Amino acid sequence: MSTASVPLPAWINYGLIPLLNLILAFFFSGLVVWAIGESPFEALQLLLVGALGRGEGIGFTLFYTTSFIFTGLSVAVAIHAGLFNIGSEGQAYLGGLGAALVALAMDSYVPWYVTMPFAVIGAALFGAACAAIPAWLQAKRGSHIVITTIMFNFIVSSLMNYMLVRLLIVPGKMAPETRTFLPGGQLPKLDWLIAMFGGKIGAAPFNFSFLIALVMCFLVWVLIWRTKLGYEMRTLGISPTAASYAGIRYSRIVMITMLISGGLAGMMALNPVMGASARLQIEFVGGAGFVGIAVSLMGRNHPAGIILAALLFGILYQGGAELSFDMPGITRDMIVVIQGMVILFAGALEYMLRPSIVRLYQQLTGK
Amino acid sequence: MDYFDIFISILGSAVRLSIPLLFTALAGLFSERAGIFDIGLEGKMLASAFAAACVAYWTGNAWFGLLGGIGVSIVFSFVHGFASITNRGNQIVSGVALNFVAAGLTIVLGQAWFRQGGRTGQVPPEGRFSSIVLPGADMMRDVPIIGPLYANVISGNNILTYIAFLMVPISWWVLYRTRFGLRLRAVGENPGAVDTAGISVAWMRYRSLIVAGFLCGFAGTYLSIAQSAAFINNMSAGKGYIALAALIFAKWKPVPVMLACLLFGFLDAFANFMQGKSMPLIGEVPVQIFQALPYILTCVLLAGFIGTARPPKAGGVPYTKER
Repeated sequence: MSTASVPLPAWINYGLIPLLNLILAFFFSGLVVWAIGESPFEALQLLLVGALGRGEGIGFTLFYTTSFIFTGLSVAVAIHAGLFNIGSEGQAYLGGLGAALVALAMDSYVPWYVTMPFAVIGAALFGAACAAIPAWLQAKRGSHIVITTIMFNFIVSSLMNYMLVRLLIVPGKMAPETRTFLPGGQLPKLDWLIAMFGGKIGAAPFNFSFLIALVMCFLVWVLIWRTKLGYEMRTLGISPTAASYAGIRYSRIVMITMLISGGLAGMMALNPVMGASARLQIEFVGGAGFVGIAVSLMGRNHPAGIILAALLFGILYQGGAELSFDMPGITRDMIVVIQGMVILFAGALEYMLRPSIVRLYQQLTGK
Repeated sequence: MDYFDIFISILGSAVRLSIPLLFTALAGLFSERAGIFDIGLEGKMLASAFAAACVAYWTGNAWFGLLGGIGVSIVFSFVHGFASITNRGNQIVSGVALNFVAAGLTIVLGQAWFRQGGRTGQVPPEGRFSSIVLPGADMMRDVPIIGPLYANVISGNNILTYIAFLMVPISWWVLYRTRFGLRLRAVGENPGAVDTAGISVAWMRYRSLIVAGFLCGFAGTYLSIAQSAAFINNMSAGKGYIALAALIFAKWKPVPVMLACLLFGFLDAFANFMQGKSMPLIGEVPVQIFQALPYILTCVLLAGFIGTARPPKAGGVPYTKER
């Protein structure tokens, strides 16, 4: 009997195997650190202390976590319907334009809590708009969503480059960015949340969008497991032919799923644009869309898992930044290597260990 | 400068810009025709550019540099194969992971070895592929039309350029006129049938990935030690994805791949030329339009407005033997 069809208890499937994959990823990253002549254990320690040691570090960690929750949710929603959205990067980038336009238009008239709902809608609409064409191409013309969403990452990048360099730039300035938003266009920091645990937030841009992210996690859970639409999405994801027999309209579900996915990616922009820099900057997404793929995979496409995985990547991002200060031999790009390793082992090599674990499990339980 | 001279100079730089695309797109052609999606082309190109620059810097020999580039690229191919063929992992995820690893590793190792902010050391002239002046280029220069074309576009390129164009008929011949090519294409369309015929699907796909790694190694080498004289941080800059677009635009066929790469190279060269200039009637055209045009064209093609693009049927699906 093949090992692939042997059922394993949930704690092995969702606990042990991801953990072992993670350890492998860190082992190979450690090899790289060792190869360039630094101590992997010291590096790991510096990374953890940098990310979780002080209130400010935690603030930064949670700031990155917020972005990754949004992009992770974006990828996960699409995966449930069997669609691989690797365009979260571009959708988040365009979402930034939506959020920034709202903030620029409203910040001098109203306080932030009036601006915020419009900014959320603006970011989501622009993100969804960016996903709409690839979705339509998949639904109606049968072109592969992976390829079209990659293409759209680049199309959006060029478009945003044009917008920022030509249209939104502050006249007389060199940097391709919008003006700084007034407090009416900024999201407040969550310093009280950190203070509640006795820490000081310092300069960390941990902000209100974290709470929006948590709300979205709940809403996605409701959508996927508690609504008819979510049921239809999952059916389509598991078996398109069964979905078709059940009368589920393929193109309708593809369109809706991708619009939601794009909207979630777009909302990621609230965090860096309105919560941190208070302006729209070039390339502000910085790979968070691609990290979302890893987050979604590691979190098994479930909001609770996504929060944990996003936290892991948040720790990596912040800890990696601190690490490069403390260990001059290691550049900040070490975190890109670790991310790659995590995606490789937890994502692409997901099933590598399974057969041996199944055999071990069968021996131990005597089946 | 009259219009013809301008055109010739754009054409020359279009050829130079299209070479890395051509190698990479041909690499993608082999892996995708065998049913393996290869998003990791970008990473392979970057890693091989880095390896080629390092080896050429240390040995001072361009050919060793090329070997280094090809070697590393094939190693990346093997990892991709191990994940997506042996372990039946998701090919897209594996490609994304390899792109991350390549982007990070080249900078981390580059900084550790050379301490120049992600650059490698300057490669000495003998460690580079320099341009070759074809016989008679100077004599031909004064002949109207054909002369400048021969002297500035056809002559004066480095050896890798000529290899790139040579690879097009070779790829065509391998894919369409050899047993290996027939089986490779079959494995991308209907792996079950190939398996029934007693041929190992996994080994076929591994071999196609090795060929892809081999070709991608040329692309990276071209970037770092033919087009420039060192590896620079993220020097592939999305070229792997443009090559992927070219491959799709060419509907997964060798000769159209060459034409698509030349077209995208031309767009790139034209964008460089148009920077800050204005066109008659239209005024200044934003450069970003030219940068986005390869992707827009590919999407339009995928939408089925310019013929139909039919990808290999078994693309992206791991093969599981029936039990």
